[in-house]
Amino acid sequence: MRKMYAKVGVVPNADGSAMFAFGDTVAIAAVYGPRQLHPQHMQDPGTGILRVNYDLLSFSVYERKKPGPSRRSQEISKVTEWALSPVLDLKEFPNTVIDVQVYILQADAGTRTAGINAASLALAHAGVPMKDLVCSISVGKLDKNLVVDLDKDEEDYDEGEGATDFPIAKIASTNEYTLLQLDGKIQPGVVKEILGLADKACEEIYEVQKKALKEAIEQ
Amino acid sequence: MMNHTNEAHEAQEIQEVTFQESSVKKRKIVVPGEIIATGEDFLPGEGARREGQNVLASRFGLAEEAGRVIKVIAITGAFIPRRNNVVIGRVTSVSFNGWIIDIDSASSAFLPIDESPRFINKSEMNQFLDIGDVIVAKIWSVNNRGIDLSLKGKGLGKLEGGFIFRIIPNRVPRVIGREGSMITLIKEKTGCNITVGQNGWIWISGQNLEAEIKARKAIEFIVDKVHVSGLTELVEDWFAKNA
Repeated sequence: MRKMYAKVGVVPNADGSAMFAFGDTVAIAAVYGPRQLHPQHMQDPGTGILRVNYDLLSFSVYERKKPGPSRRSQEISKVTEWALSPVLDLKEFPNTVIDVQVYILQADAGTRTAGINAASLALAHAGVPMKDLVCSISVGKLDKNLVVDLDKDEEDYDEGEGATDFPIAKIASTNEYTLLQLDGKIQPGVVKEILGLADKACEEIYEVQKKALKEAIEQ
Repeated sequence: MMNHTNEAHEAQEIQEVTFQESSVKKRKIVVPGEIIATGEDFLPGEGARREGQNVLASRFGLAEEAGRVIKVIAITGAFIPRRNNVVIGRVTSVSFNGWIIDIDSASSAFLPIDESPRFINKSEMNQFLDIGDVIVAKIWSVNNRGIDLSLKGKGLGKLEGGFIFRIIPNRVPRVIGREGSMITLIKEKTGCNITVGQNGWIWISGQNLEAEIKARKAIEFIVDKVHVSGLTELVEDWFAKNA
């Protein structure tokens, strides 16, 4: 697993913000709201909603990425939203939205997982009522070996069975998974093993997140 | 000028009093999902919940025990409007029967023409309050259609001169202090008129710019010290050092 780094309160103008890094993958997240939701037809009088926007910045990768939304960034925005909404309780804020902006400053694989970790911290920092923190990690398979927290070189490995990427998000203190994606091939029997590895990694991530939040106050 | 705005903070609710009283007790920073206490002896209060034997935090903040009740006080985040809050807002629009005010909360607030302190002819509304004007108002109701404001009351009205700035709304009780002790101290030391809105907007107006800036720096000093108790003495020291 790569060295992790987390910091809370990196964007002073936001209601809550955080930065999370897995080695050379760096994500920042800023939370705004609860605030009035536009367009109005999306408003829900029963509860507030969560809206995530994920963006891989053009300078974050070796070859300049064309800026702006893409099919990939839309998908990741959606899965991040789904990964986080089970822990939130927005019943107190009907007709409103909580906007989360996730930006990837540096990308070295595992950007969606770093983004989810940062967003979960930022939501907590914004004082949003939430049941628990969300931890996210990607576990992979290089040929037949299981690897936790893939970097770009590992993700591109193509000998033997090739590389498999398995991003997972988990509610920290329960055994509930909020994100399971799979890119590549995998034997059904191995999945259990992967979840075991992810659980262990999530415990470490949770400690890092907890420490970052507590340090935010002990100035 | 506008001497009556001095009194605005005194119209604050009980909330900050309880906040100050509890500062005597030991408080602990908790993250969502963290176990605060174990056992049947405790009851979960605001920002906490019970799961089996444990009382867990439901938000990030300071956990405190008040008797058997455990609650979590928010220390960051957006302003949640409540009835009787005194807030500072800016006029964003003039409609046919009132003004729409931005008070930095999820829904915008409405100030009806009937809630202005004197009679105003509907054709002359923008002579009393125009777009961009800043007012101190009291929230007299919060419902699912929006927030209604009132200007009828001591210390409420239009603000002229001076400047406004924002702080984190949850830190407002600290800036005001127990029964307004902290804000009175700053006013005495700098000779400025200060109005603190519960939404985190602060208006300062003084004799000269230096005094105003000093008052602002003092407030920002307080905002940084979230968990310190005996803050009044600290602020007195700060004034002694920055005289």
